[in-house]
Amino acid sequence: MCLPSRPRRAIASLLLALPLLCAAQGKLLLTGGVSTIEGAAGGGLTPWAVTGSYASAGEVGGSAYLTRVSSQDYSLNSFGVLVSLHDRAEFSLARQDFSTGPAGTALGLPGLHLKQTMAGAKLRVAGEAVLDSDRLMPQLALGLQAKRLDAGGLEATLKSLGAKTHGLDLYVSATKLLLAQSTLVNLTLRASKANQTGLLGFGGTASASLSLCPEVSVAYLISRHLALGAEYRVKPDKLNPSALGAALKEDDWWDLFVAWAPNKQVSITAAYVDLGSIVPGIVPRRQTGAYLSAQLAF
Amino acid sequence: MKHHLSIAALALVCLQAGAEGPKDELYQALGGKAGITRLNADFVPRLFNDARIKHIFKDANPNNLVEQLSEQICAASGGPCRYEGGAMKAVHADLGITHAHFNALVEDLQAAMDAAGIPFATQNRLLALLAPMHRDIVTR
Repeated sequence: MCLPSRPRRAIASLLLALPLLCAAQGKLLLTGGVSTIEGAAGGGLTPWAVTGSYASAGEVGGSAYLTRVSSQDYSLNSFGVLVSLHDRAEFSLARQDFSTGPAGTALGLPGLHLKQTMAGAKLRVAGEAVLDSDRLMPQLALGLQAKRLDAGGLEATLKSLGAKTHGLDLYVSATKLLLAQSTLVNLTLRASKANQTGLLGFGGTASASLSLCPEVSVAYLISRHLALGAEYRVKPDKLNPSALGAALKEDDWWDLFVAWAPNKQVSITAAYVDLGSIVPGIVPRRQTGAYLSAQLAF
Repeated sequence: MKHHLSIAALALVCLQAGAEGPKDELYQALGGKAGITRLNADFVPRLFNDARIKHIFKDANPNNLVEQLSEQICAASGGPCRYEGGAMKAVHADLGITHAHFNALVEDLQAAMDAAGIPFATQNRLLALLAPMHRDIVTR
């Protein structure tokens, strides 16, 4: 999109002025995590118990992100914002746009995009992930993500398979920075019936109940500015079997990531992701590829 | 899945094991008493010049602070020192220190350790010994 020069200049000066306007800088570098594809602060695929932005107690902060994941046959764009209050609560809003590629074409819906809107809230309930380095007690947070899917021409098919177009994920996260070892560990337990995080609806004829799925992240801090890590996310599999047999079988996701924060305003995360096969009945091959995310904090 | 979890668990066990060593290993890695005093001689002026927190140090004597911090870090890192300054909680009770102030001090210490050429992993081993003091120092 090409904006006329005056608004463009106004946006540029706003972005430049943000760090001056808002002084939510009380946390240490990278201790607010990065932005997940669902908008919450954490790793790339998994929310952590930390709150986003650099707002510490007594401060209000925010962040905005843009993420692109592309694999052999599909691509996902995600963007969103979050507000963090006093390093205690976090509220996020995010959008996902998934390009269905050859799967859409095979279903007679060429160019089909699945669009998902997600509102999230996270409350830190106990612990101090970073500074309580003499205790094993992690920081704990409770979170929820309310999701609504716009499946376009696929909606009738999903409904016939018993999948709803809205759903709620509930999770508890435990994050611990093992400071002496420069290593961060996170475990999240998510109760969810989202198919492919909700891009194929919620629940199915096989099961309409919530599944409890663990998600694990480990990150090693190479410097204050650089973290290297891995994540594994177990997913529910509510459309397997369906009226289409195992055609919609869902795999777990994992990634290897590097996150770089040159300062408290910007972070860039790059990852190799393995999404397993997505709709294997049509596109059997495994989907692997690149994940690239940019985040601005203020 | 199980496979991945056990790899993560194994990695943690290895990391814990890797932290073992002679009792004064960290003290030696910081350059002993001389290295620690040099570090604090650079660190303390950074505190007095940091707009975020210099008001907290307005009544402090920089030379005393260098000496006390050096004793404290020497003792914490396994060196042959005893910290004989005031108790952390009593000394900081009336200063109104926030988490943001505490983290600003951590950032100044990190900058001083960078300037002293102390490797990042060693920095974190020292910070891990000092960070729990936030519970006595942060009062609001």
